[in-house]
Amino acid sequence: MFEYTEKIREIVKRLLQDRVVDGVIGFRKGTVPMMNHPFFMKHIEQVPQLYWDSWCGVNLANYLPKRQDKVAVVAKGCDSRSIVVLIAENQITRDQLYIIGIPCKGMLDRRKIYDTVRTRGRDITDVMERDGLIVVTGKDFSLGLDRNQYLQENCAICLHRNPVIYDELVGEMVPEQEIDRYEDIRAIESMSSEKRWEYFSKLTEPCIRCYACRNACPFCYCPQCFVDESKPQWVGKTIDPTDTLTFHLLRAFHLAGRCTDCGSCERACPVGIRVRMFTKKLEKDVKELYGYEAGVQLGERPPLDTYRPEDPQDFIK
Amino acid sequence: MAQWEPKIIALLCNWCSYGAADLAGVSRLKQPPNIRIIRVPCSGRVNPKFILASLRKGADGVWVSGCHPGDCHYIEGNYYARRKFALLKDFLEYVGIEPERVHFSWISSAEATKFAKVAEEVVDAVRKVGPARYLVKREVEVE
Repeated sequence: MFEYTEKIREIVKRLLQDRVVDGVIGFRKGTVPMMNHPFFMKHIEQVPQLYWDSWCGVNLANYLPKRQDKVAVVAKGCDSRSIVVLIAENQITRDQLYIIGIPCKGMLDRRKIYDTVRTRGRDITDVMERDGLIVVTGKDFSLGLDRNQYLQENCAICLHRNPVIYDELVGEMVPEQEIDRYEDIRAIESMSSEKRWEYFSKLTEPCIRCYACRNACPFCYCPQCFVDESKPQWVGKTIDPTDTLTFHLLRAFHLAGRCTDCGSCERACPVGIRVRMFTKKLEKDVKELYGYEAGVQLGERPPLDTYRPEDPQDFIK
Repeated sequence: MAQWEPKIIALLCNWCSYGAADLAGVSRLKQPPNIRIIRVPCSGRVNPKFILASLRKGADGVWVSGCHPGDCHYIEGNYYARRKFALLKDFLEYVGIEPERVHFSWISSAEATKFAKVAEEVVDAVRKVGPARYLVKREVEVE
């Protein structure tokens, strides 16, 4: 991944020198292992701080809606799809963006690493990566872990690892996976309604309504979110199970046909709820009913913003 | 306690289904008394929030009805609604809400008999699954 860092720095340096962009949104190495932060920069002196490795999961498209300036943005496959959706929704124009595309081999899940390492009561001080191996080091130990076992869940089933739009790539395109994305969704669909209700009640039970999932999402840019509305108040603000589930249902529904499964919501969740189980179901339905995949084609209208006279309607009396 | 009767919220489009309900009444067609009608300007006006809110507040079923495709007063409102509802209905079933609770129909203002018939069907379906169990917000009792 070090080559990517070098290449990003090189591109950004050139862009700033030639004044192609006003600013750059990228990543900087985090202060704790496995947590890189989004980095906003305008000056060439800051270029050496730019960084890239497998812990850059944050979706930088989140910082694009309603921007006025011209920015360069570092984008993985899922981020680039989010950008396509934001362009379709008139949140930003293509001319305002210089997209530095990252062919992505999947981001890693820090929680899985912690689970493996911390069970033996050890703290991690540094994590390195080489040749498909993650090397985790701490006081008195060093551990090599197989990269493929520690991918984020959404990355393990990703079908668009390469950016769909970009101005420049930092490396060779990576091969796309062929994989069944909806295995877990189908498993739930085959359960009885009681079982499904039980499953989702249990799933959302630990939710503390912090709205981190909403804030991390590049598509949750409404000036007033439905959870903040008070007259009328559609969703209760308590952590009553009904209120919590209503929030998750509506949040997911607002992402129908827009979600690119970047996994930001799940990564942001402080209590580890698998909120993608909601959005992925809608993603599957949109694909099956309307043959649409979010953010794959520039210029395509979002599925809920258009219709075909012959759309399926067997459920309507 | 008296025998349980289902409570059903019907969101009817002003131009078609509400007219049909009116005509059904004027024509003295027999229909179940379990339906509470809310008039909306178009089925496209129906936000998924309304359906969830009805269930949260204790409705045993929700029924949304609008104009036939192609007959929308606003030309295409019901086409958008159709996509929204297709996703919503499937999604609610996915989280465990019984499919018998949420209904959709196209009824024009001349179809009073269809209105009475569908009303009957909706009430029967909801009656079969019994009182709402899921997604009802229970008030906490404070002494």
